Order: sequence, then C-alpha cells, then structure tokens
Amino acid sequence: MKNEMELTFLSVSENEAFARATVGAFITQLDPTMDELTEIKTVVSEAVTNSIIHGYEGKTTCHIKIKCTIFKNNELELIISDQGVGIENIHEAKEPLFTSKPQLERSGMGFTIMESFMDSLEVFSKTGHGTTLIMKKQLTKTKTVCH
Amino acid sequence: MSLTSDFKVIENVLVVRLSGELDHHEAVILRETWQRKLREERVQHVILNLEEMTFMDSSGIGVLLGRYKEIIHMGGELVVCSLNPAIRRIFEMSGLFKIIRLAENEQFALDSLGVAS
Repeated sequence: MKNEMELTFLSVSENEAFARATVGAFITQLDPTMDELTEIKTVVSEAVTNSIIHGYEGKTTCHIKIKCTIFKNNELELIISDQGVGIENIHEAKEPLFTSKPQLERSGMGFTIMESFMDSLEVFSKTGHGTTLIMKKQLTKTKTVCH
Repeated sequence: MSLTSDFKVIENVLVVRLSGELDHHEAVILRETWQRKLREERVQHVILNLEEMTFMDSSGIGVLLGRYKEIIHMGGELVVCSLNPAIRRIFEMSGLFKIIRLAENEQFALDSLGVAS
C-alpha cells in the first residue's frame, strides 16, 4: 500500500459533488489522465447517488463511507458503503436500464457505468443492513507527453 | 462546482444552455425549472447546448430522457449540441443517440429546426 484515505459524510445530495471532488483530489498524486480522472469521479458520483436515493431512500441523516486506497503499482481501490435498506436482487439491479425508481427519472445506468469505467466491481449487500461496493482500477503508470 | 442553466426562446425553439456539473442533486432542480419553462413558453422544439457542461453522470441521462418524452408528446424535437468527449461517452453508453439527434453546434441545431438566423 502506498496511500489511503477514509471519508464519512451525511447522505445529503450536496455531498455527491463533494465526494467526487475529494476522491479526485486524492488521486491526483497518481498523475491520472483526464479520462481516468473523469471516470473515477463519475463512478464515485454514481455510487454515492445510489446510497442516497436507494440505500437511504432520501433520508438525510445517515452516513456514507468511502475508503480509497492506492497501491504501489498505481492500482486504485474504492470501497463505498452505506447501512441502508440493501439490494434485494443484485443481478437485477446491475441490468442496464433497470431501475426501481422510474418516477424519480432514474435512468438505470448507474451500475453499467461503474462496471465499464472500473476494471472490477463487487457488490455485497444484505437486506436491512446495507450495501458495500468494492471497485478496482489499474491506472496507467507512465505518461507520454505528445507535442 | 454547481450547475447553471440558461433558457432562451428563439421563435418556436427553447434553447437550454447548461454549464457546470449535472448530477442527481442538480438534476432534481433542473427538472423543475425546465418543466416550468416548457409549460410557460409557447415552444415546440428544444435545443440543449452542453458546450459549457463539464460533468454528467447517469442522473443527467434520466432528466434528459424525461424531457425528451415530454417534448415528443408535444409533437416537437429535442436536439443536443456541443458535447465534450466525456459526456459523449455517457450518451453513447446509454444509447441516447438512438433517439436524440446531435448537432455540432447551436447554429447548426437552429438551422436544422428551420429557425431563421
């Protein structure tokens, strides 16, 4: 392990921007490409939004936790967890365009975006206890500057 | 960085210019303003200019699809223009280009809807 940080914040929607900006600032030490930085920020935004809308069903007094670890080989691990209602059917939740809240204009693309922007995504969830996502991504090691 | 939205009516077209970051928090606010403008203004079509938008996640897809349905229902068309590469990827991934027309910039979008400049 090279570096690590943990962040806990309330489940209010203003914190979606705070969470992705903070993780983005933490990983700048890896000198990510613009694409990599955007991908990580998008993934954090998707996961935190899921916790707020689905995990805590809009309750603004609960906590969301992010643990971000950087390994020596420039691999990044993100663990994002809530203690909300949990996901009954993980397989169904991961289907593109599936949403349990169409009335809130949810697109059902959150998990699809997380899976395609990261190298791996594992979902651990227990009904009534909460959900934890573990995601990994290998960032490029050397940057070639083109002139 | 939050989201700023600017609404302008040109003939029968509502031009919506967004700048900043569109996430779930901002999508809820944008939905309300956009719906109100569609009710108040006598417009048929909508052009969505995303030139100044720096970030969008799947909440953005939801709000766009919601408005797309309303505009189609009114017999109009939604044209999106000036996407940056990151936002273009999100559009591609969710299949938005299959239903929403893309124009290079706002002028091309206006021309395509037959608005005289």
